[in-house]
Amino acid sequence: MSRNSADVVVIGAGVVGASVAFELARAGCKNVVLIEKATPAAGSTGRCGAGVRQQFGTRHNCILAREAVRIFEKMDEYLDYRPGVEFRQSGYLMVAYSDHEWNQFKKNVELERSLDIDVKTLTPEEARGIVPFLSLDRLVGATFCQEDGHANPFHTTFAYVQAARRLGVEVQTHTSVIGIETSSDRIQAVVTDKGRISTNTVVNCAGARSGEIASMAGIDLPVYGERHQILITEPVNACMGPMVISFHHDFYCQQTPHGSFIMGVGMPGEPKSFNIRSSVEFLDEMARKLVTILPPLAELRVVRQWAGLYDRSPDAQPILGECPPVHGFYNANGFSGHGFMLAPIVGVLLSELILTGKTSIPISMLDAGRFARGELVLEPTVVG
Amino acid sequence: MSEAPNRADENTIICRCEDITLAEIRRLIAQGYHSIDEIKRVSRAGMGQCQGRTCRQLIARELANALGVKIEDVEMPTFRPPSRPVMISTIAKGEEGEGDE
Ligand SMILES: Cc1cc2nc3c(=O)[nH]c(=O)nc-3n(C[C@H](O)[C@H](O)[C@H](O)COP(=O)(O)OP(=O)(O)OC[C@H]3O[C@@H](n4cnc5c(N)ncnc54)[C@H](O)[C@@H]3O)c2cc1C
Repeated sequence: MSRNSADVVVIGAGVVGASVAFELARAGCKNVVLIEKATPAAGSTGRCGAGVRQQFGTRHNCILAREAVRIFEKMDEYLDYRPGVEFRQSGYLMVAYSDHEWNQFKKNVELERSLDIDVKTLTPEEARGIVPFLSLDRLVGATFCQEDGHANPFHTTFAYVQAARRLGVEVQTHTSVIGIETSSDRIQAVVTDKGRISTNTVVNCAGARSGEIASMAGIDLPVYGERHQILITEPVNACMGPMVISFHHDFYCQQTPHGSFIMGVGMPGEPKSFNIRSSVEFLDEMARKLVTILPPLAELRVVRQWAGLYDRSPDAQPILGECPPVHGFYNANGFSGHGFMLAPIVGVLLSELILTGKTSIPISMLDAGRFARGELVLEPTVVG
Repeated sequence: MSEAPNRADENTIICRCEDITLAEIRRLIAQGYHSIDEIKRVSRAGMGQCQGRTCRQLIARELANALGVKIEDVEMPTFRPPSRPVMISTIAKGEEGEGDE
């Protein structure tokens, strides 16, 4: 028998919902139900690059990412997960191709260092010392943080889900949320295709589908899906440590612990949609950029290509916190390409907010009300 | 059935690209991973060079046995382009796959 009432219902078992559900239970919330229409990590999480970086241009992103990294570093023990989440701190190398970009990078480094994030600026030759394949053509400079890295998105999500279950969270898979009941300005229940769960608190972690969930509660939330494509090559010997990322080319590339390279480029003019078809144009674009940035890697064979959705918000920043006018309706979505890396700390903060009304790190500037107030948060350092 | 042949069975490599044994697949099914996609995500079975050409059927048979359903009723994963490994530098054309999320 599934539960028909809950203290908190978390919608979506991607990495974000799994983290939120776990942290709520860990903080002592007794009756948490996590609802997933497919299986854990079946959404964007299972399709993502799973990169984790602390190099950002805004203070809040640097701090959130730094705290998330601290959790990733101890995650296997924290969640008592035997297979391990494969977190590797193999670094992020951010490469600049114009003076304008380089000036921004230098500002970022100043900010990052003031927040205890260990980032270096490198000349093109020094960058090549770290990634010997890097083409020097038009490269102006680079920044490098060894503590950045990546993890396995499936294992990370499964680790949170299993730990949450052990703490008494009920995980309902193959169950879709189809309605949210409110009375005046309060949440009353979540309706699924399997039944009704009465509750006063809902956390919307439905990724690119978060707009749909919000509208069930009568809320207009500007989160939409945007396709991003990615590919993976045959595995080869370990030969590239860090993630290489170029905002100028809208490009990233990383070797996984398995030996495969995964890489993606943004495609200009991608419309709002739930389309996750792979396209031929992406392969062409990817090949073209790879040859200019990391030429020798173009000799690798692609074994698989796929696409997933960014859960885009208007300013490409997350939407976190309670969402007036409906009391008890919380968002943790709109991550726009950074939801994997932020998930561990987002779970902690949402749990604090729901259970105590306060957060240990300020997140009020990331509320849903900022769009109406015209207070967009502008992060200069994002891909896509 | 005697013990010995069963144990030998369990050492059979099901996914040759990623070196995954029957025992491993059975353990995952017992842990509650009940579709080919879920098993793929947790173990990498079917993610290698051949993209699941051989192991998919074998895993489907194991799932059908364990869950007591017909093999046709085991959900098949989406097959993703490119269907043959192709060198990035020689990419000229691909294939469309999947649909909406
Ligand atoms: C190609 C690509 C590369 C990326 N690379 C990175 C990266 O390197 N680093 C990084 O940090 N981020 C990256 N991202 C972004 C990252 O994938 C997302 O921000 C993150 O996975 C969001 O997690 P989530 O749990 O919010 O969403 P999801 O994983 O999408 O989870 C939402 C869940 O909600 C479920 N759901 C939806 N509607 C309903 C409903 N009505 N009822 C019940 N359940 C429902 C879905 O099935 C889904 O499982 C990338 C994304 C893509 C597409």
